[in-house]
Amino acid sequence: MHLLLFWLFTLIMVGFGIAVIANRNPVASALCLVVSFVGLAALYISLDAFFIGTIQILVYAGAVMVLFLFIIMLLDLRAEERRPVNWFVFAGGGALALTLLFQISYVIGRTRGAHAAFPPLTVPTDDVRNIGALLFSQFNLPFQVIGVLIFVATIGVIILSKRELR
Amino acid sequence: MITLGHYLGASAVLFAVGFAGVMLRRNIIIIFMSLELMLNAASLSLVAFSRSRVASGLPNYNAQVFVFFIITVAAAEVAVGLAIIVALFRARRTTHVEDISAMKF
Repeated sequence: MHLLLFWLFTLIMVGFGIAVIANRNPVASALCLVVSFVGLAALYISLDAFFIGTIQILVYAGAVMVLFLFIIMLLDLRAEERRPVNWFVFAGGGALALTLLFQISYVIGRTRGAHAAFPPLTVPTDDVRNIGALLFSQFNLPFQVIGVLIFVATIGVIILSKRELR
Repeated sequence: MITLGHYLGASAVLFAVGFAGVMLRRNIIIIFMSLELMLNAASLSLVAFSRSRVASGLPNYNAQVFVFFIITVAAAEVAVGLAIIVALFRARRTTHVEDISAMKF
């Protein structure tokens, strides 16, 4: 049953991921990306990472995708007009992506422990508490640096959108 | 039986899809979405490794904290990137990468 769910969610994630890059209409691409991220969040939850799965839905499927949709509608992009495709470049890019896929699968096939089942969890996973404890003890400095980063990003976005580029 | 390799394979396929999107598409917003796909593929493999390295009955939470940081930085990156795209669109009236070939404004 678990295997069935794994294949279902992987199919959703990869299928809608392909739909993102196959769609001509940017709004349809953005909506496919939301579904792909929901499938990914389900995979996180199947790995007992409940907190990360929830954050994935809240931040990506919620905040980030609303931002994408806002920008697409703000720029008023129609489905892009068909331009002549440079088939040489198209074949080259596709071959590069396939080569990358084969290379990664080769490395995974040779990785030690890639063919072993996941060891069982004996303690109930209280992952929000555990991640929170790590964030405020061992990773406290990076956590605060992230706060500064988001602050700077906010100011940068405001300045970028106020200034007139000539 | 479900193994670490299954999840790593799913992550590899998602990464390749994102990479193909960056290579093949010419709309800058779609390229940006494909970048997000690649970022999430890397996060998936991190979470899978976290689940496979079990210590005293619990997954290794260091990787999940790392994914938390990745998601935070990605949210900031999307905001800045989209602001740059809006500024670019205001100056050039296009989101097609072939029309944007000069670094200088």
